[in-house]
Amino acid sequence: MLGEGIVKGMLETAKNFAGSFVSEDRLTTVEYPEQRIPTAENARVFPFLIYDGPDWHAGLRCVACQICEKECPPKCIYIEKSKDKKPDFVGKPQIYPARFDIDISVCMSCQICVEVCPFEAIKMDTEFELATGDRFGGLLLDCRELAKSNEYYHSIHPTEAAEVDARLAEEKKAAEAKAKAAAAAAAQKAAADAAAKAAAPKPGAPAAGGS
Amino acid sequence: MKTVEEIKAAIEAAVPGAGVTVVLNPSPSAQHSLRLEPAHALAVAAFLRDDPELAFDYLSNVTGVDWLDKEIAEKVKVTRQVTKTVDGPEGTKLEQVVDEIVEETRKHVEPGSLEAVYHLYSVALRHGPLVLRMRTVNRTDKVELPSLTPVWRAAELQEREVFDLYGIVFTGHPDLRRILMWDEFKDYPMRKDYVEPDDYEYEPTAHDAVLKRAQEHRSREQGSRD
Amino acid sequence: MSVAETRTERSAGWNRPPAVEPEGEGELLEVAMGPHHPSTHGVFRMDVSLDGERVVRLKPVFGYLHRNHEKIAEGVAYLASMPYTDRLDYFCSLTNNWAYALAVEKLAGQEVPARAEYIRVILAELTRIQNHASTIGFLLQEMGASGTPLMYAFREREKILDLFESLTGSRMMCNYMRFGGCRVDLSSAWIEATKKVVAGLPAFVDEFEALLTGNEILMARCQGVGVLKPDLAVNAGISGPMLRASGVNYDLRKVDHYGIYDRFQFRVPLGDHGDIYDRYMVRVLEMRESIGILNQALQDIPLGPIMDAKAKLRGFRPKPGEAYGRIEAPKGELGFYLISDGGPNPYRYRVRPPSLINLTVLEDMCLGHNVADVVLIFGSVDIVLGEVDR
Ligand code: SF4
Ligand code: SF4
Repeated sequence: MLGEGIVKGMLETAKNFAGSFVSEDRLTTVEYPEQRIPTAENARVFPFLIYDGPDWHAGLRCVACQICEKECPPKCIYIEKSKDKKPDFVGKPQIYPARFDIDISVCMSCQICVEVCPFEAIKMDTEFELATGDRFGGLLLDCRELAKSNEYYHSIHPTEAAEVDARLAEEKKAAEAKAKAAAAAAAQKAAADAAAKAAAPKPGAPAAGGS
Repeated sequence: MKTVEEIKAAIEAAVPGAGVTVVLNPSPSAQHSLRLEPAHALAVAAFLRDDPELAFDYLSNVTGVDWLDKEIAEKVKVTRQVTKTVDGPEGTKLEQVVDEIVEETRKHVEPGSLEAVYHLYSVALRHGPLVLRMRTVNRTDKVELPSLTPVWRAAELQEREVFDLYGIVFTGHPDLRRILMWDEFKDYPMRKDYVEPDDYEYEPTAHDAVLKRAQEHRSREQGSRD
Repeated sequence: MSVAETRTERSAGWNRPPAVEPEGEGELLEVAMGPHHPSTHGVFRMDVSLDGERVVRLKPVFGYLHRNHEKIAEGVAYLASMPYTDRLDYFCSLTNNWAYALAVEKLAGQEVPARAEYIRVILAELTRIQNHASTIGFLLQEMGASGTPLMYAFREREKILDLFESLTGSRMMCNYMRFGGCRVDLSSAWIEATKKVVAGLPAFVDEFEALLTGNEILMARCQGVGVLKPDLAVNAGISGPMLRASGVNYDLRKVDHYGIYDRFQFRVPLGDHGDIYDRYMVRVLEMRESIGILNQALQDIPLGPIMDAKAKLRGFRPKPGEAYGRIEAPKGELGFYLISDGGPNPYRYRVRPPSLINLTVLEDMCLGHNVADVVLIFGSVDIVLGEVDR
């Protein structure tokens, strides 16, 4: 019968219309600024730098190795190395970024900087409401604006942050063990040296045994 | 599918004097290719499409490659005759001609070319790919290649694109115009020696190549103001 | 343009479409459809010459979105092009990733672990379903069904995009695959969520079909319009659902045996008329087959590593050589052709864009039809301008 298909289609629409009053599943939109959908845990927007402890400058994990600057596809990271050094999380003195800028008007949220960073220093943020009227200044984030605490990282990506912390703790333990072993070895060597010195024949005394 | 050598033999049997050479591909993909003489390319293409055993009826991909002029420096050993003074008997000096082997660096320029690459498959027999290549004589004035669009319609837009971005002129193409760039555009942007126009825009994080462009732009700006 | 001029132009051409003779002589009406026409899915122009309502000449104009993707890719390392491939066909970033990864893996001779292959299949089939659903939605939008089918398609697409976001971090610019594997592993929670979404999909396709397939208006507008003959389709390099709607059995998942598609049972839907209606039907049936593949893949996905142990992220330099890798993307055959000179950047990087090549026959399909049909025929090709213009 002509028109059968249209009637069938209309029935489908009517079902959906009525259904949207009763079924949550059919109602997929929310009123955005008042109502929000929680962001997915893996969501990524723009990168930020992590610091440990209370002081953002002292705790910055980044050592200004400039790997991310080189690998970033649109080249929107700019780093200047510091002249002096500060201790990093295992206590080794390291240089730090004197300047670290990301131009988020160019950044394309690709996460490659995060993947290549060997120090777990840069991670992706989930903050997306960044609109500003200032094209150059407002979208150019400097080191201070980029630095966010490890606790913040835990609050946005809990699973990933826990993994990173475990990995860092292991590295730190390994580094400490190595340092300890090195110290022990040094002590031993010093002791041995001292012992050898003590046992060594006095200068001037005839060498025993000869050659 | 037949190997490239077998296909080469089949082509040479069907199109006398076709002048096909096999270009080996050292990568693990092992997709070897056949280089065609431009003069016989159309006949070879029609044979490849219509031969029932090959039946390459589907042209998948057409593209250009730019090979720049290469300066090749070779070390060659040459024997030269040199005159030397040697001590003769009783304190006299003698002039003697000796052969000496010296190493010389010779430079010669291998002329570059533009290359068109075609990837063929067979829908009927479900095999492929067969890669065809053609080279122009040089990169400047002798840049004509025969168009394969009369054999495979699939080349129509793709050859236009190669013309647009590389500047290979496909003779026999029914509608050879620029496709992606605008008609008034002069240069060929995909060539390796293409110089980008100075369309500098302020970028706060400039370093490396971007910084170089920025500096060039500024020096140019200053030059024009003076 | 005058009628006489179209005649000379046509007689100079070779295998041009059969001539549509304008009635009478004199001037034709020139209409520039686009670049800001709502039906062009972006910025694309068709210069149409009309004799009354009938199309007698149609010239596509490209390049409004050209950014020379290939040149950019030749200036950066292999890995850095991966996020740029997302922006080609921005509806299907995961299949773009796969095609590029496949070409590089061929070039460098890398192996992909089984689990990563399963992940790739799952993501590619989800991509195909959401792409086909939205394509049909847009097609109906252009037919005048403002909104309803498109909103139904987008409701389903939303669920799939949520899955992409929770796995890859982004809804459309996924940047997920790597040479020799994938970036992050699936959690069992993700697999459960996907199973739930996939379980709901057959009902959605049924609903979609109840809404559309038997609809008399759709049939009247689509059947016998924009016919593409199989021999022309093959000769013009048409691929994807458009080729199969013309009755040519050529699906790269079956032909090339890439990835692990051999392990799954699925059929290749074919049309017999090659008109818009067949293209619609082929897409609906492909969605059903994709659901079948998803069910099998989610069932047997093995445990194991997701990256080739030899693969490295930085300092990747394949040996000199070249490779062409292609996959069956939702829009057709997406290929990447790479030449390596042993350096960190590709010497030549070429994308074979199915959207552009499928437009080769646009004029052939449109000639003799009305202007309103041009919009439909164009919509049934299924293109994305990010890929056409690159
Ligand atoms: S963020 Fe990481 S990769 Fe970038 S400079 Fe700092 S330590 Fe190096
Ligand atoms: S996310 Fe990508 S584009 Fe943005 S700073 Fe990192 S590497 Fe650069």
